[in-house]
Order: sequence, then C-alpha cells, then structure tokens
Amino acid sequence: MTTFDILAQQLVNGLVLGSFYALVALGYTMIFGVIKLLNFAHGDVYMIGGFVGFAVLSLVGGLVGTGWGGIALSMFVSMIAVGFLGVVIERIAYHPMLAAPRLSILITALAVSLVLQNSVLALTGGEFTAFRTNLGFGGIALGGVFITYNQMVLVGMAAILMLALETFVTRTQYGRAMRAVSIDKDMCRLMGIDVTKIIAVTFLIGSALAAAAGTMAGAYYGSIWYFMGFLIGLKAFTAAVIGGIGSIPGAMAGGLILGLLEAFGTQIPFIGSEWKDVFSFSILILVLVFKPTGLFGKSEVERM
Amino acid sequence: MSAGSDILLQVEGLEAGYAEIKALLGIDIELRRGQIVTLLGANGAGKTTTLKTISGLVRATRGTIRLMGEDITGTPAHQIARMGLVHVPEGRHILRGLTVQENLELGAFAERSAETRRRQMDEVFDLFPILKERRKQDGSLLSGGEQQMLAMGRALMQKPKVLLLDEPSMGLAPKLVTETMKIVKRLNEAGTSILLVEQNARVALRLADYGYVLETGRIRMENTAEKLREDSSIIEAYLGE
Ligand SMILES: Nc1ncnc2c1ncn2[C@@H]1O[C@H](COP(=O)(O)OP(=O)(O)O)[C@@H](O)[C@H]1O
Ligand SMILES: [Mg+2]
Repeated sequence: MTTFDILAQQLVNGLVLGSFYALVALGYTMIFGVIKLLNFAHGDVYMIGGFVGFAVLSLVGGLVGTGWGGIALSMFVSMIAVGFLGVVIERIAYHPMLAAPRLSILITALAVSLVLQNSVLALTGGEFTAFRTNLGFGGIALGGVFITYNQMVLVGMAAILMLALETFVTRTQYGRAMRAVSIDKDMCRLMGIDVTKIIAVTFLIGSALAAAAGTMAGAYYGSIWYFMGFLIGLKAFTAAVIGGIGSIPGAMAGGLILGLLEAFGTQIPFIGSEWKDVFSFSILILVLVFKPTGLFGKSEVERM
Repeated sequence: MSAGSDILLQVEGLEAGYAEIKALLGIDIELRRGQIVTLLGANGAGKTTTLKTISGLVRATRGTIRLMGEDITGTPAHQIARMGLVHVPEGRHILRGLTVQENLELGAFAERSAETRRRQMDEVFDLFPILKERRKQDGSLLSGGEQQMLAMGRALMQKPKVLLLDEPSMGLAPKLVTETMKIVKRLNEAGTSILLVEQNARVALRLADYGYVLETGRIRMENTAEKLREDSSIIEAYLGE
C-alpha cells in the first residue's frame, strides 16, 4: 500500500465514523438550539436506539432477513419509538425545569443519562449483546482502496437522513419555526407559534436521528452495550462545538470533520488509534479556546 | 345601541410586573373598532409592559383583558395571536438568520395553505415593494426602516383585527418616521384597529383618535387626541422631555 492508499482508506473510514458523529451531533445541536440545554443524555438515547433496533430486528429478522433491508426497517421502527421516547423525556424531565436555573436542567440531563444507562445495564447485566446480521464483506476496490458495500450503504443512509432534515428545516413551516424558536421564543409566541409543541418536535427528530445512528452502528460493528452512548455523546458534543453549537449545517460539517480528523489522526506517528479520543478532545479544547463560536456559529456562545 | 359591541379591546384594572417590581398598578384602556388609540409616557412608565401583558407574554396578576368580548386574561400568547391580536414588539425582533421571505412566511404560521400564504405575501409585497427585492436576504441585515416594514409586513401576514405597535418610529430618521406613520394610517383605514405606543407624543397624537398618558404604571390622563394636542405642554411634562 502506498501512503496515498493509506490516506484514501482513512478518508473512507473517517466518512463512516463522521456519519455517526454527525447524526448524533444534529440532535445535540437542535436541542441546544431550542432549550439551550447540553443534553448529556443524548448519547444514551443513541444507545437505546441501538437496542430498540436490535430488538426489532430480532423480531422481524426471520421474516424480512437481517441484511440491509431488515436493518433499514428496524432502524425506521427504532427512530419512531425512540423519537417518542425523546418527547416523553422532554415532557417529564426537562419541561418542568425550563424556568429553573440552568444548572438544574443540566443536572437533570445527567440524571436522565444515568437512568437510561442503568435500565439497560439491569436488562443486560452489562454484557455486550451480539447484533447479528448477515451483512457480507463485499465491496469494491478503487486502486489500492477497498470500500465495503456496508460502508457505502451506511454513508448513503446517513446522507439521506441529513438531506431530509435539511429539507424539513428550510422548506416546511415547522422546520422554519424550529429555527425561529432557537432564536427568539417570545417573538415566536407573538406569531402564533406553539413553542412547547415545536420543542417536542425537536426532541422527536433529534432523538430519531440518534436512534438511526445507534441501529446502524450496532449493525455495522456487530455488538451493542449499555455504555456505548457515553463516548459518542462526548464526540457528538465535540462535533457540535466544532460546527458551532446550535447550527444544523455546523453539526453535519463538525461530525464529518471530527470523523476525518480521527481517522487521519491514527496515521500520525506515535499517536496511533489508542490515542484517538485524546486527539478528539484536544481538538475540542483548541476550538473552545480559539474559536468558541465554531465554524458556523454566529452569536456568542453562552458559557456553561 | 348595544354598549360593548364595537369595543374590540377592553382592559380593566390591569396589574402586572416582573420578579422585582410591579410595573402596572391598575390600567384601564379601551380600543374601539376602527380607532387608533395611543399610549404615551416617559421611558419606564410601563407602556411596553402593558402591551406584553395584553398579548400574553407577561402574566396579569390582576384585572381583565377582553378581546372582542372574550376574556383572554391568562390565555397563552400564541393562542391570543391566532385570535387576531397581533403585537409588533419594541425593537422589531426580526428573526436573525432567516430570510425576509421566511420571516413573512412564519408570520402566517397558523395558515395551513401555502397558496393562501403566498397570496398574503403578495399583498405585503404590494404594500412594501422593497421587501420583495430583499426577500432572499437575511432579515436582520436590513436597514432600520426596512426592518420596520418587515415587522409590519409580518404582522399583516397574521391578518390582525387588533394591532399593537410598540414604538414603531424608534431609531428611525425623521423622514422614515413620517413614512412609518403614513403606513400606520393606511393600515387603520384598511380596517385594522390600532393601539400605538409612542414616546414621540406629537407624532402619535397627529394620527390617533384617543390617547392615554401613562406614568409609573398608572394612567395619569386620557382624552381625545384633539384635546390632548391642545394640552401638549402638560403631556410633555409627563413625558419628561
Ligand atoms: N424584563 C424586565 N424585567 C424586570 N423589570 C422590567 C423588565 N422590563 C421592564 N421592566 C421594568 O418595568 C418598568 C416598566 O418598563 P416598560 O414597560 O418597559 O416601560 P416603557 O415601555 O414605558 O419604557 C420599568 O421600571 C422597567 O425597568
Ligand atoms: Mg418600551
């Protein structure tokens, strides 16, 4: 393999990783937008998404198979179920705290994270659950670079979801209202927008995107466990900050950038893959120090 | 003649405030069909709080607000807006990062039909041609005068029966103030009843049918605009100018 081939291979790996980060970062950033909450439970919503997708595939896999078709169907069901879970979490845990001091709702988010993790811990005993599929190992070779079909389908599905989201926020009244709520809630009320409902819709969509990523990640990596949301939650937060927290295009770009940086970072001599998380969080700190508004952030970032 | 039939907005004994202070200490205001009523007063008198309480952004602690006979005290702001009471807030509050067109489109949030929204937007563009030219631009990057037009255009998208305007002339050059007041007049002639808050008493009284002068949360004086114009020296004492 030439150096070029190695870098090109990492480009592919980075895109896959970046797709997961972007899907989770989108929910992070949208939820931050509408209620200014760093939703530390969002990574755990991704984890629940993985488990629900797994449960659905276990039920219907016999009928529809456990290839990408069956996975896509499970992912879809998981998105709906976990989307509503997100709405319920907002209603029960966050909504009553909206008028309280900011630290209270942040602590509430940590509590929600613990509840979600420990529920799954209790159910699984903390063991890894094998996410059995019959995805093959086929792919195409482009020069010295091998791209699996799985990688292509995965990046493709993530792209479709992001395109759908982009269409939603720019072309529909609810999507525009979502952006408006993250800018000026009182003005929204004066325009006849039910802000509470828009916040619920935001949790629905953000959680559904995380669930899609969770199901795809489970199928792609072949196993799930109760703690799988922890690190990706932090990475998604990093991606959202890189893009400018609150910005939807920022979260997409930030996710991809972080995925690519991590993939290429493993190729830097002496850094290697075991250092990649340190590498990511160093980037987070650099962004926070030198450009706290991120790539797409316009307004001043509120300090937490 | 049935007494209340042409009273669109009736405020009685209204009290409201913020955590630290009581800003309104009992306000009575009436707006009749087809009228322009102005609310005057110095900075901090409670004009903005009055409008915010009427439109539901600030909770009334006492008193009642009736819109077309219906008690709307305590009704959520977005429902009041959908009933045809439209509040253009102080400082215009154009949504940053949204285009002129998107700002207008959201004005008609409650209108489901995209076709109807488009027709309403064309009417707004007829009234303010400059907004049509600028429709793809970020609304918050327009000039002050254009932003005021956008704020009014957005309010028109809501099909207002009662319009609350909070200092529409604020920060505008004299020529634009005149222009803005002409538009207020035109909207009124087209059938919208208007409650107009102004610091600029002369400008407001030229337009209004009736006026109230507010001082530290209380109505200090009220009369027909004509009478108040004759008394403008007294008003200016209250306005602290
Ligand atoms: N958001 C707020 N929080 C606390 N006090 C406020 C707030 N807005 C206005 N006030 C106070 O309420 C009083 C009335 O203010 P306001 O209604 O804005 O007056 P006006 O519009 O006539 O200038 C003032 O004393 C002002 O300081
Ligand atoms: Mg004011």
